[in-house]
Amino acid sequence: MNSDPTRGGIPERGAEPPSYLREGTTVRSWLTTTDHKRIGILYALAITFFFALGAVAAALIRAELVTPSGDFLTNDEYNQAFTLHGIVMVWFFLVPSIPATLGNFLLPMMIGAKDVAFPRLNLMSWYVFMAGGLLALFAILAGGVDTGWTFYTPFSTLYSNSHVLLAALGVFVVGFSSIATGVNFIATVHLLRARGMTWMRLPLFVWAMYTTSLVMVLATPVLAMSLLLVVAERAFGLPIFDPRSGGDPLLFQHLFWFYSHPAVYIMVLPAFGVVSEIITCEARRRIFGYQFMVYAMVVIAVIGFMVWGHHMFVSGQSAFASMVFSFLSFVIAVPSAIKVFNWTGTLYRGQIRFSAPMLYALGFIGLFTIGGLTGLFLASVPLDVHLTDTYFVVAHFHYIMVGGSVSAFFGGLHFWWPKITGRLYSERLAQFAAISMFFGFNFTFFPQFIMGTMGMPRRYHDYPPEFQPWHVMSSVGALVLGFGYLWPIFYLGWSLFRGERAPANPHGATGLEWQTRSPPPKDNFDRLLVVDQEPYLYHPKESTPDEVEQAHAKQKP
Amino acid sequence: MMPEASTLAPRIDHLFFALVGLSLVIVLLVGCLVAGFAVRYRRGSKAQRGQLPKWITRDVELGWTAATFFVAIFIFWFAASMQTSEFEIPNNAMEIHVVAKQWMWKLEHADGQREINTLHVPVGVPVRLVMTSQDAIHSFFVPAFRIKQDVLPGRYTETWFQATKPGTYHLFCAEYCGTDHSQMTGGIVVMPPAAFARWSEGAAAQGTLAAQGAVLFRQLGCSGCHGKSARVRAPSLAGLYGTRQPMAGGGFRQVDEEYLHDSIEQPQKDIVAGYTPVMPSYQGIASEGDIIRIIAYLKTLKAGGRQ
Repeated sequence: MNSDPTRGGIPERGAEPPSYLREGTTVRSWLTTTDHKRIGILYALAITFFFALGAVAAALIRAELVTPSGDFLTNDEYNQAFTLHGIVMVWFFLVPSIPATLGNFLLPMMIGAKDVAFPRLNLMSWYVFMAGGLLALFAILAGGVDTGWTFYTPFSTLYSNSHVLLAALGVFVVGFSSIATGVNFIATVHLLRARGMTWMRLPLFVWAMYTTSLVMVLATPVLAMSLLLVVAERAFGLPIFDPRSGGDPLLFQHLFWFYSHPAVYIMVLPAFGVVSEIITCEARRRIFGYQFMVYAMVVIAVIGFMVWGHHMFVSGQSAFASMVFSFLSFVIAVPSAIKVFNWTGTLYRGQIRFSAPMLYALGFIGLFTIGGLTGLFLASVPLDVHLTDTYFVVAHFHYIMVGGSVSAFFGGLHFWWPKITGRLYSERLAQFAAISMFFGFNFTFFPQFIMGTMGMPRRYHDYPPEFQPWHVMSSVGALVLGFGYLWPIFYLGWSLFRGERAPANPHGATGLEWQTRSPPPKDNFDRLLVVDQEPYLYHPKESTPDEVEQAHAKQKP
Repeated sequence: MMPEASTLAPRIDHLFFALVGLSLVIVLLVGCLVAGFAVRYRRGSKAQRGQLPKWITRDVELGWTAATFFVAIFIFWFAASMQTSEFEIPNNAMEIHVVAKQWMWKLEHADGQREINTLHVPVGVPVRLVMTSQDAIHSFFVPAFRIKQDVLPGRYTETWFQATKPGTYHLFCAEYCGTDHSQMTGGIVVMPPAAFARWSEGAAAQGTLAAQGAVLFRQLGCSGCHGKSARVRAPSLAGLYGTRQPMAGGGFRQVDEEYLHDSIEQPQKDIVAGYTPVMPSYQGIASEGDIIRIIAYLKTLKAGGRQ
């Protein structure tokens, strides 16, 4: 959006220009940094650890489910494994994944700022995250938790014999890091945009971070309250959910889903942002319907607060409440569908390059579409009665959160890797990873739709033998998926030390973050930026990528 | 797929396959467009780009927004109309009481037969399940009938089915409830009416639920206050079930199983207007099973004539 002479400039070998990575290399310099880019990397290291932990739990679950009866875990150990998987993956990986890593790194750069609005609060949020993480780890080491990630009462407050208090406090604490990040991003977008960077010139990734932050700031306190109530009843015997003392066990579900449904959008809105950046760049096209893309995210963030009751159709809530929540759940499907259509429209008349980030982004569209459509099944009350609490639901939310968000996270990681590390990775090997992740994911989770429809309940350690073929398929698929996740460690690790130096703008992208060196200097830009154009100006306004570009492109022999 | 063994099942499957069809259309549409564009407009292809066609404007965007909205509303209407018509419980339904506990289903017939983790029902008769839990939340799930209902402590939830095919079907607990959650399973045995009649002849030595309830009503001391010759000014319970009673705090409450249950366990909760709250709680004295029996007894009492 801002023509810059550094575009495509390759720094000389040996004489490395100063970058944020060179500003102190001691551990101390990293642990006391207030540079948003370094904090993004601290977060990336932390969530990679938690992703690995959650993945080990998932591997245990899938291995155990190959046969109908228990093989190497007891019932309690199995229950702890899926609880660990859920708690770690949701709060210690997915919620912070894109916002705290890519968001932290890129948001200030994309709006032409030196840093976030409150750099120290930013560092504090990482320490708070680590404190919450340590509490959760301690709960695991002390013997584990067996409530499921949902902490349903009265089981969690009265009947569970595991370390509920530690885990709940861990999640309670980690919530504050979400709130801190959210507040920081909102303030940053409001206060620190470069001259000329108006709201309707913001890249969609920035809009995604902004709407996500709003949801984080408004929803997370409700999670904190509901977990405190669990602690109050479990530790101090305050009757809140216990029906024998006049409490209401359903109250917890209302409070919990009032946070946890918006939390789904905390996980998926950032993915929308990443995918929009990748698709426009790799198709050399302006985004189709920029304004609609913005409005869709805002509408999703708002209506996302009004649909929590669709988790409770069989809980005993009134039929009328169920119908209203069902209606709103159908309404929220519309903006999500609009986004899918607009990404598709962006491809039209483009100059599409099938780089690894693009493969992840295209995979995202497919998996998110399936995830979204199966959401319509669950929004229909009569069908949800049959399908809820079965593997159909498990498959549905994994399509959204893993097929959608994690694919987008990997896509974004590859797309901005040259900017973050200053190195290029092997395109071939990365494409192979993207493709194995896509197929591995479908092999793992599609069979779960089928067995869920047949009635296989979730959170079952033992299951009737007729479901075994589907479980075996799912577990074999998980091997492929696991490969898709592990493989990037090797070529990205190689790239980190031996990779070719990256130019400032290897993809020829338009965002401000590409108008500076790779890796960027400590203050992001060497000069003040003035923005005078819309985002995604990959081609003149009234036409599509022209024949000039075609002539430059590699011709087939 | 899987067996359709209730009157509800084919209707649910109808909706299910309609949505599968719609999803396939949309997935194919999006998939073909993405794949088509990806191939046709791959970098370096000879496809014409040039000027954007005139019709690709804001109208297209508004058009597909409106279309998506109407499709969403249509499915909502389709599903919601079914929800209202199919979830009404028939009046003549046979009543089964379900008490869930970690990790077991206790099922009781009106004639006093008790079963654990197995329920025998006749084919072609609507069955109403009145359910409560002794501890955590459980969920009564019979995939072949396409029914599921959470079972909560401290209140009654209901669901119903009418089996259409003899056979034995899975009963699962679908709400995670602790260690042996995955062993909290059982079977629904659907029998032809004649076979069911033979089966139910067997037991019933202890008398019907209501008869057992009448005994408990005296044993637990209920009749001391609510009985005919009682000195305490307690309301007569004859003919109470199914009426609407004015509450002390204002408003009315339907006297249903839930209200009777609460009145035994937490008598201070909703007092009928005009009475002093003197009744002690029977929590811990009357078990969930006892309360089911007492309620069954109270339902048999007709207004005017006490037994």
